[in-house]
Amino acid sequence: MNEFFRRILFLPEQASTVSKDVDHLHYVIISTTMVAATIIFALAAYFLIRYRRRSETDVTPKVQGTLGWELLFIGLPLTTFLVWFFIGYHDFIRMQTPPRDAMDVYVVGKQWMWKFTYPEGPNSIGVLRVPVGRPVRLLLTSRDVIHSFFVPAFRIKQDALPGAYTQTWFEVTTPGTYRVMCAEYCGLKHSEMWAEVVALSQEDYEEWMKQQRQGLVARRDATPSAPEELSPLTPARRAATYDAQQPHGELMYAERGTLPERGERVAAAKGCLRCHTIDGTQHIGPTWLDLYMRRELLTSGETVVADEAYLTESMMKPLEKLVAGYEPVMPSFQGQLEAAEVAALLEYIKTLRSARLQDVESRGPVYEPIGGE
Amino acid sequence: MNPSAESSQPAITYLNHETSVMSWLLTRDHKRIGVMFLVGVIFSLLLGGIFAMVLRLELLTPGPTLISPMTYNRMFTLHGVIMVWLFMIPAIPSAFGNFVLPIMLGAKDVAFPRLNLASFYIYLAGALLTVFGMLWSGADTGWTFYTPYSTVSPSALTPILLGVFIIGFSTIITGLNFITTVHTMRAPGMHWTRIPLFVWAIYGTSVIQVVATPVLGMVLLLVSMERLLGAGIFDPSRGGDPVLFQHMFWFYSHPAVYIMVLPAMGVITEVVCAFSRKNIFGYRMIAASTFGIAFVGFFSWGHHMFVSGQSTFTSGIFGVLSMLVAIFTAIKIFNWVATMYGGSIDLRVPLLYVLGFIFLLMFGGMTGVAVATTSLDVHWHDTYFVVAHFHYIMVGAVLMAFLAALHYWWPKMFGRVYPERWSFLAAMTIIFGFIVTFLPQFLLGNLGMPRRYYQYPQEMQWLHVLSTAGASLLAFGFGLIAVYLLWSLRYGPVSAPNPWGSRGYEWFSGSPPAPHNFTRAPSFEREVHDYTVPEAPRVY
Ligand code: HEM
Ligand SMILES: [Cu+2]
Repeated sequence: MNEFFRRILFLPEQASTVSKDVDHLHYVIISTTMVAATIIFALAAYFLIRYRRRSETDVTPKVQGTLGWELLFIGLPLTTFLVWFFIGYHDFIRMQTPPRDAMDVYVVGKQWMWKFTYPEGPNSIGVLRVPVGRPVRLLLTSRDVIHSFFVPAFRIKQDALPGAYTQTWFEVTTPGTYRVMCAEYCGLKHSEMWAEVVALSQEDYEEWMKQQRQGLVARRDATPSAPEELSPLTPARRAATYDAQQPHGELMYAERGTLPERGERVAAAKGCLRCHTIDGTQHIGPTWLDLYMRRELLTSGETVVADEAYLTESMMKPLEKLVAGYEPVMPSFQGQLEAAEVAALLEYIKTLRSARLQDVESRGPVYEPIGGE
Repeated sequence: MNPSAESSQPAITYLNHETSVMSWLLTRDHKRIGVMFLVGVIFSLLLGGIFAMVLRLELLTPGPTLISPMTYNRMFTLHGVIMVWLFMIPAIPSAFGNFVLPIMLGAKDVAFPRLNLASFYIYLAGALLTVFGMLWSGADTGWTFYTPYSTVSPSALTPILLGVFIIGFSTIITGLNFITTVHTMRAPGMHWTRIPLFVWAIYGTSVIQVVATPVLGMVLLLVSMERLLGAGIFDPSRGGDPVLFQHMFWFYSHPAVYIMVLPAMGVITEVVCAFSRKNIFGYRMIAASTFGIAFVGFFSWGHHMFVSGQSTFTSGIFGVLSMLVAIFTAIKIFNWVATMYGGSIDLRVPLLYVLGFIFLLMFGGMTGVAVATTSLDVHWHDTYFVVAHFHYIMVGAVLMAFLAALHYWWPKMFGRVYPERWSFLAAMTIIFGFIVTFLPQFLLGNLGMPRRYYQYPQEMQWLHVLSTAGASLLAFGFGLIAVYLLWSLRYGPVSAPNPWGSRGYEWFSGSPPAPHNFTRAPSFEREVHDYTVPEAPRVY
């Protein structure tokens, strides 16, 4: 049944855990609405024949709507629509909420390619390798204009905004290669901004990651890798030469160390550590120790969870959400930090956890706002 | 019903009492202004249609076919801008609204005739500036002008933004004029409960125009400031917010969909009554749902942004509110169909377009309910499913109603009847062509074809070929209409004052009407579209 509907509706394969649920609702809504629309239209056609004009001087009775009819006209569709909406919204919440144990991959869109960065270090352009059966959370941003990361086979899509992080997630169910497209118009080569997700079995993925960590840098068509210093632009241009029918060539290049290691270097180089400590002592700014996912009390009286989106916002627009108890002295790093450097900083901050808190983490958030009193 | 049977046209009509070019260009007669708007929007439709045809031909093969990617991007921008701002928004209110609204109210003219003329010239100036800007700089942003692309795009966007900004004033002025006219110019006996539903629809539209258009003007100015002065409002690297534009843009453009669709619904109501010889089934419900749509239309803009990073909660609220819009539309559809019950139905061409309208609106609206379901929209957003959806509901609605109005009021406007058989053939071609053009696009969207794509994967080709074939049919149908309408202007049989036997108030005047609409004051003793007793034809 599923397969039948999928085929007549031209839907792509269902390769992620959410895609079946989305499709099932899709079938219900589309078939119900189409049947209902057909019935109403058929009724109109029936009236057309049944009440066709018989004489030029026809006089017709006055028929007026009654409250009962109008209530039926309103109540029936409204109830149906709302039921659908709530089922759909339930799925939507699930699609918007990455599981806690998801692995993270940083995604940067730029005109006109997708770049992926793994916390373990490797970078790639054009191909995202993920293990099957494990939730993957994508942290998306853009270097220039708005792009939108769209994997039809997973039924997911998320805009990538410049200067901010958004997220989406998926869990692939079947190994294979799936097309990624950009769905937000982004200029000349918008329709060429393709990539692919390669879903590998757990073992293959581990093997691949091990190779990457050893520094083996490979590209599918065996062009030598780009060294770290090379501007990311140069290889990007090459990767983006495109043939609509052939997927992107893959480009891998390594930078020194894992993301947290690079984040530590960035933090030192950009002067973050002049105001922030990593050992829990309070300084000019809040400490980074246990900062990730901490609930911060703001000067406005609201609280905010320090997730990737908030941390990025704090770097780009530090005065927007001030943590209570601190002076508004932090400068904006908008334009100073590359997307990859932000990713590195985020991963670095995430690793800064004190042992005590790590033990109790599984019981849910226990952090108290610091500096609130 | 024999068109020339009762040929009692007034000798002096708005067409022949003065014939110099200047008497047209400087006229303050709402009918002449309506006709000038009609010419303007038809010309825009032609221009936008040519670009559409080129786009469809380009998409015939997966790779490059006819034009370069840059040209393609410019063409869909031109197509969208022209169709939205130069055709769909002014088409029915400015052309037909201007022509029949004062007559329906028993008034001699609109409240501010000079402003009315000004609104035409403002439209013309804005339209010329927009088209000039687009040809000169080759804008490539799409009609939505999303930032930050529109602030970094190499094309010179400012003339176009300014052009659209200027057209906005035309819309606002026309809206204010209609609101004032409805409040102050009704003839004696024209109570609020007697106002024809077309007038209610235009009135509701005018309210949206006056409230929403300034927001569009503001956001266009902000983008211009950003481009010219580097204001940093939407540029994240200067502390701006790129998504802010989308909120402001859709705060206007979502209600703008109703600026386009509500007048279309007004036309449909008139035509259904006239050709079913029936009073409308739920007068109050139709009038009330017009304002229901106008109101909730302002609170559903966020459904364009389910995947833009706005909070899950926000998306939920906008999703629920969007369902309400669908309900108000459903009310209207039910009432139109119920109006046909017990009628005396004559399937003439205007009514054929009404059936086309109901078909497209229903299937377009139902897919609208589907895209308002948040989880499904994640897959569909910015794909051809959405392209098909909005062409069905908004383009289909406006186009069908525009053609229905054109045929229904053609004798009123020009005193001639169009050839029945040719128009029937053209209508069938257009409705069929429309369905063949856009139905495959729903399936393309399901397959994952994003919109604004110059190239696409091989497996999607045959659906594109089908769509292009439908578009060719559509173009053929339009060509046919152009030929026989131009023919009928000169050679068409002279029409009776009320060739349809309609009981709409606008038929109280002659066809074509006298210069000041009526030669003696009309009196409204019965409800509009009351067919319960025989009525002798009369011309005031
Ligand atoms: C011959 C008939 C038509 C064809 C073949 C056609 C085709 C197209 C195509 C191919 C697009 C671009 C889709 C994309 O890449 O995003 C488009 C967009 C659009 N069309 Fe049409 N169209 C036709 C008629 C119309 C009419 C009559 C109107 C309005 C009255 C209209 C309004 C629009 C609008 C508003 C857009 C969106 C533009 C954008 O998002 O950039 N179209 N149409
Ligand atoms: Cu893009």
